[in-house]
Amino acid sequence: MNFDVAFGQYCEGTSLLHRLDPRAKILMSLFYIVDVFLAKNVFAFAVLTAFVVFLIALSGINMKIILRGLKPVLFIMIFTAVINIFWYSGETVLVSFWIITIYLEGIYNALLIVLRVVLLIAGTSVILTYTTTPLSLTDGLERLLSPLAKIKVPVHEFALMMTIALRFIPTLIEETGKIMDAQKARGAAFTEGSLVKRVKALIPVLVPLFASSFRRADELATAMECRCYRGGKGRTRMHVLKATPVDVLAVLVIILLGVALVLINNFTGGFAIGW
Amino acid sequence: MTGNNFAAEFRAVNYTYNKGIAYEKHAVADVSLGIERGRVTGIIGSTGSGKSTLIKMLNGLVKPDDGEVIVDGVNIWDKKVKMRDVRFKVGLVMQYPEYQLFDETVEGDIAFGPRNMGVSEGELHERVVEAAGFSGLDTALLSKSPFDLSGGQKRRAALAGVMAMRPSILVLDEPAAGLDPSGRNEILGRIKSYQRENGNTVVIVSHSMEDVAKYCDRLAVLSEGRLVACDTTENIFTEGEKLQSIGLDVPEITKVADELEKLGVGVGRDVYTVKYAAEKLIEKYALGKGRE
Amino acid sequence: MSKIIKAENVSFAYEGDTPEERVEALKNVSFEIEEGTFTVILGRNGSGKSTLAKLLCMVNLPDSGRLVIDGVDVTRGDVTEDEIYDLRREIGMVFQNPDNQIVATIVEDDVAFGPENLGIEPAEIRRRVDEALSAVGMSEYARHSASRLSGGQKQRVAIAGALAMKRRCIIFDESTAMLDPLGRREVMKSIVRLNREEGITVILITHYMNEASFADRVIVMEDGGVVTEGTPDEVFSRPEEMFAAGLEVPQTTELLWRLRKAGLDVPLGTCTPSECAAIIKDALGKRGDAV
Repeated sequence: MNFDVAFGQYCEGTSLLHRLDPRAKILMSLFYIVDVFLAKNVFAFAVLTAFVVFLIALSGINMKIILRGLKPVLFIMIFTAVINIFWYSGETVLVSFWIITIYLEGIYNALLIVLRVVLLIAGTSVILTYTTTPLSLTDGLERLLSPLAKIKVPVHEFALMMTIALRFIPTLIEETGKIMDAQKARGAAFTEGSLVKRVKALIPVLVPLFASSFRRADELATAMECRCYRGGKGRTRMHVLKATPVDVLAVLVIILLGVALVLINNFTGGFAIGW
Repeated sequence: MTGNNFAAEFRAVNYTYNKGIAYEKHAVADVSLGIERGRVTGIIGSTGSGKSTLIKMLNGLVKPDDGEVIVDGVNIWDKKVKMRDVRFKVGLVMQYPEYQLFDETVEGDIAFGPRNMGVSEGELHERVVEAAGFSGLDTALLSKSPFDLSGGQKRRAALAGVMAMRPSILVLDEPAAGLDPSGRNEILGRIKSYQRENGNTVVIVSHSMEDVAKYCDRLAVLSEGRLVACDTTENIFTEGEKLQSIGLDVPEITKVADELEKLGVGVGRDVYTVKYAAEKLIEKYALGKGRE
Repeated sequence: MSKIIKAENVSFAYEGDTPEERVEALKNVSFEIEEGTFTVILGRNGSGKSTLAKLLCMVNLPDSGRLVIDGVDVTRGDVTEDEIYDLRREIGMVFQNPDNQIVATIVEDDVAFGPENLGIEPAEIRRRVDEALSAVGMSEYARHSASRLSGGQKQRVAIAGALAMKRRCIIFDESTAMLDPLGRREVMKSIVRLNREEGITVILITHYMNEASFADRVIVMEDGGVVTEGTPDEVFSRPEEMFAAGLEVPQTTELLWRLRKAGLDVPLGTCTPSECAAIIKDALGKRGDAV
């Protein structure tokens, strides 16, 4: 299985979005999240939606992959939509039944809220997670946060931990499979019996897994020491992140989008989202 | 199935990894192979030839996409068959088995398999001691934590853990991997004598031609998921070129025998252990007689 | 030639919880290693060879004796951490388990890890990484995920990591033990190349006899001490000593040894199968028995 690829959901590509500096992309997603919450009325949402569609087209990522990314939050979307439909009070009564009254505004509001969640996820994934490798993501984070190192925040150590974790996830998944096979070969049953029984059945997997993780950690530490690692001080990097005007421009675009959304909210009418 | 004397049999099995997505790989392709009862069968092939996948099919850890796996005359994927029963019958020792030890004591670890089988507590100890004997593990170590053992002792404890289930077929994936020469000979020798004493069927997967030459009666050769040959050890090694063409080698001594043959002082081409070569030469040229 | 490593009566013990658990892993070991040579250290599991490796790359320091590495006495009481760090720039180690020494997800990032630690300029790191990967034949995998490589490929990445640091001496601690025959051949090819073409001092710890044939010198260890040393030919011409140390000799040598014991006058030493056959034919000819 391709866990190392699936992990972090990175989709291979060479688009402009793929090539942007990870720092720019992190900032872009932050501003983008603000933008999504700045959009209030229908027109603002229309502009934002158009923008996200443009980004998806730019990234060259298959629409199917984007939709698949929405699946995990489908339940939340339906739930909030339903709540909005029933609890939102407006002027135009659509249906009135017993104590339940459904207003047209409730439907509008529910739709906009769902749209907001969709745009939030689709936008951030296309700006960041689908177009940035986990490694350059941690790299970007480390450098963005590097000023914090001055006030003794262990930024480098944190980033290194992330890197090593990413590196060892596939290894450990593979190892888990091997140990489970070995114990199954000795008659262990992981899918039978009560919950307590199943949890107990995991002990023969977890103990060797922990033991080997400690051994790996120990060996890795020795190997790193032998490769002259002694913390982030005095370290250089092979990949130098160089922010180009394009990166700056990309961040500006997202900020300007926010400004535009605020203006659209103020100068156009149309239905506005309640919350 | 009474017509043959196979302890286990593969019938036209196929298996593909990562089916349908990128990195799809045909791991086992149309393999039909019978494992003879009461013999040591070696499965050889380079990495990626499908050896490990094939033996995982023997106890149902891997389900073939199609084809049948027969153990003791029964199709193991038949709905009536309980897979756990198959696993107790086919004892599988995985590669680097020492990494699966988990119990507080060595004894508890060895008893894990038999306990899962439902062996009574009274009988457990007897089984553990017996298995430790077969694998060459000092019984004084049984009360220790498996994590305190040396590498070689851990390997033996893990081997004992499978032997204690008294499987009718013992399958080992690279049992000697990473061991030094004396460790290799010790563990392989133990497996061989276990097989002799119990008349069990043993399957050994190995990279080492020297090792399979010494310990296996029959060899099955795999290449890129396909069965290339299956025959007695001596017959397999007389076809050195064929083995080399699929990235395998013959033992160095077999090459010497070939060269001797070419020089006209040969003792046959079915030579695959040093001891045998030396004995043949000594016999043929009456060396060591009337001299010492 | 200068001596890159000088060990005099070096001892090391692993302390246990109780005195009985104390394990004396190395006892009064002495040897010297010339810069630019290829040394193989043979020994069975538990003979002390890996402990020795850990001393040589300064993961542990000896309990007693004198160990001089690249002119610096690391057993001197007042040796500083900076001195050790500087020595580590010159002497590297490739470990047994290929998985547990690769730090980064992507191959080229891992090779860059060492040079990055040394604070080398980015452009220079780039150049060294490309060079090192091509030296071990892994250029086409530069952007690949390390976890998907074979064992032999991972070890070559580890070798590239040491090369990119421009190390003068690399210690291989059973680096071929977990590999299949193909992986072992690939890695051995890279190791031999390091020594012959780059002039790097190689210390290879192994229990595979055929790997010893590449060496200028073989040191055989048993029970924490050096039992025999010499050229591969010299060492393998004493099979009894090798067997006693839990080791083997190449099959060709073993055959000659067995025939010699039976009274055939053959020289011992390492040889290829065809050389071996020729030797036997010659000896038989002299005896007057040959066809």
